Amino acid sequence: MTRKVAVIGIGHTNFNSMTPDVSWKEFMFEACQKAYMDAGINPREDIDSFITCAEDYYEGFSIFDEFVPDQIGAVLRPCCTVCGDGLYGLGNAYMQIMTGQFDIVAVEAHSKISDILTFGDIVLHAYDPLFEKPIAGSVERQKYIGSPSYNKESPKPLVGKTKEKGRIHPYFLAGLEMQHYLAKTGTTEEQCAMIVVKNKKNAFNNPYAKYEANISVEDIMESEYLFKPVKKLDVSPNVDGAISFVLASDEAIQKLDVEPIWFKGFGWSSESPWLSSKSMDANYATMASNMAYKMADIKNPKKEIDIAEIDDRFSYKELQHLEALGLANEGEAAKLLENGSLDLKGSLPTNTSGGSLGIGNCFEATGLQKALEIIIQLRGHAGKRQVSDAETGIAQSWRGIPTRSGAVGIFGR
Amino acid sequence: MMRKVAVIGAGMTLFRRRLLETGKELSFLATKMAMEDCELEKKDIDMVVMGSAPDAFDGIHMKGENLLDGAAATNKPYVRVFNGGGTGVFAPIAGWWHVASGVADICLVVCEEKMSSCFPHPQTAFQHIWDPIIDRPLHPNLVWLFAMEMNRYMTVYNIKKEDIARVAVKNKRNAVGHPCAQLPDEKITIDDVLNSEVMAWPVQRLDISPPSDGASALILCSEEKVKQFSQDQIWIDGVGWNIDSTMWTNRDLYFPRYVANAAKMAYKMARIQDPREEIDFAEPYDPFDYKELHHMEGLLLCDKGEAPILTREGVTQRDGDLPICPSGGLLGVGNPIAATMGQKVCELYWQLSGNAGKRQIPTDPQVGVGQAWGDIMQMGTVIVLRRG
Repeated sequence: MTRKVAVIGIGHTNFNSMTPDVSWKEFMFEACQKAYMDAGINPREDIDSFITCAEDYYEGFSIFDEFVPDQIGAVLRPCCTVCGDGLYGLGNAYMQIMTGQFDIVAVEAHSKISDILTFGDIVLHAYDPLFEKPIAGSVERQKYIGSPSYNKESPKPLVGKTKEKGRIHPYFLAGLEMQHYLAKTGTTEEQCAMIVVKNKKNAFNNPYAKYEANISVEDIMESEYLFKPVKKLDVSPNVDGAISFVLASDEAIQKLDVEPIWFKGFGWSSESPWLSSKSMDANYATMASNMAYKMADIKNPKKEIDIAEIDDRFSYKELQHLEALGLANEGEAAKLLENGSLDLKGSLPTNTSGGSLGIGNCFEATGLQKALEIIIQLRGHAGKRQVSDAETGIAQSWRGIPTRSGAVGIFGR
Repeated sequence: MMRKVAVIGAGMTLFRRRLLETGKELSFLATKMAMEDCELEKKDIDMVVMGSAPDAFDGIHMKGENLLDGAAATNKPYVRVFNGGGTGVFAPIAGWWHVASGVADICLVVCEEKMSSCFPHPQTAFQHIWDPIIDRPLHPNLVWLFAMEMNRYMTVYNIKKEDIARVAVKNKRNAVGHPCAQLPDEKITIDDVLNSEVMAWPVQRLDISPPSDGASALILCSEEKVKQFSQDQIWIDGVGWNIDSTMWTNRDLYFPRYVANAAKMAYKMARIQDPREEIDFAEPYDPFDYKELHHMEGLLLCDKGEAPILTREGVTQRDGDLPICPSGGLLGVGNPIAATMGQKVCELYWQLSGNAGKRQIPTDPQVGVGQAWGDIMQMGTVIVLRRG
């Protein structure tokens, strides 16, 4: 009697670092239109519920939910906002379908991050206002200009508030976390740099990836330290884009001419919000994946998962997450990387799309970008980057600095 | 085939300008009350849903993430849902699908709002809810926007201002005896409302509910697990939500079509054929007094334009045939946006289980409907609860 849920339509816009020519509404329209076309449905009649994943501060509105319905076809229909990553949206769509009251649900997420003039300050607002925000320096001084100066030759610690340094970028947390990861596992900075090389190379084969590059480990090692040991090229650059998914129940699929990719399991979890009490390991990913594996009936993820799209918004995150998800033994993710297992032809091709390092950090749309690649691969439409015989794929996302929340989705043919 | 979902516990904090507590602490207080209500502990909760309106009130980006430990969500699956003022009823709807889908057995829903940290007035956060190109250059304000809607409603049905003021009087009197109420007033009269300061004609000060700080919490449980709780079983029978176009300028404001659509969805799920006969009492959203009337019509509890007449005849009083806002609503208890789940959903649970104390409806109600309204006059969220 249990229902099954499948992905029946995907759509996305082009991704770009700057998109002054389109508004966020036009973006959403394009992605949704493509997804509805892909599924062969009319949103005004066939879709039972719409979900958008957005955070007010990224959008620049107090109540972003207001601006959603028209361009996604949801006027006078059930529609809501989930304040979370795109994978959270897919999870809620899955639950709506599983109640038996909904047959087809659409999920949309997007990034229009280039509209933000003071990105660092926006992220800083996610820190606790009383106990954590002051760490980054005085609130009065608005002079935040991107990367603080901090290079390999004179590694001055970025703490305190002096006039010369201005405010600290909130990404300092990634520096602390990477330091912890390297110390705990014995992974080296060069190994993290290899992730960047791999993902930016994969991006060459992905027509919508915009940060492809043919670079070497030395290039990365020579790039400026931003938050030691995180270097400039370890950080995924911001990007704009929109992605839309259409999910349907197994009964609804019978009436449609589509090739379903089954949404077999998902999980999501949050750790403590406090800097002082959250783990420096990715426990949120472990908890989320345990839930997802259980739902998808996966006993041995290392064997049963053929392809992975893992959150890599900082290079070390891909390695850290692989271990947290149980796809690599603790401290051994770098070994998999070095022996080629994570390459396109390896035993666990990871971030074949180019990941966030190759495509760009698309914020709340990151989870959908990860899921998108898994769907494209499982459908066999990935062109030059196609992985052969992929049956089951995992998409994982993290909500970004400074959160300790993330979600996992498992898809299968 | 659908898995049934029961409400087993509820909690609600005092609604005030609460300068001493952070949003997290308010969430904690409400969560604790709800857990004590059904004698559960944090380990018994499978998942948590948070409802909270704009981040701009607190000035915290990803406010949901910040609030999570106050809502007992550390190391648990946790998600925040959001649709402006509609969140107060939408968060329990999201909790419903967590349980009805079979993914969770026990789901905690917490709604929190702290408006007082927005300086000098929470209205300033609403400067950023407008379309940046079309609306914002006009420097609009929510009060005058709703004044237009109220005016339209009064004009279409030729409604007198005092018939609308009756709602404020009824709700502020109903709030007497509510332990969380911010503006209960036993002695308020229609003249008090009609003589209060004009904000934007025809809206006067006492037509508006007060901004507030507070939190409320609700615990939902699956059919299989509910047997271990000895209380009367209160079921979520139907849910519905619906959104209208962003372009509020392009539609006639006299009737909330989105609320009617949401209500039809919820009634269909609850197998309610004739809402006027089958629904015993209602908690429509009443941030302004005319909104209660507007929403009664949207909820199909009376004909269009009939709600002021029913109010004048006393049908909507607590001891009337169709009690409306027996909690005291937002006008009497306060309007901490998402936390109004306390009046709109927790109140249904308290009334149906006979635990509403002084506010108890005397006629032994079996079915209640709660509703909230959000975004720019475009979002309707509806929930139906039934005893037995």
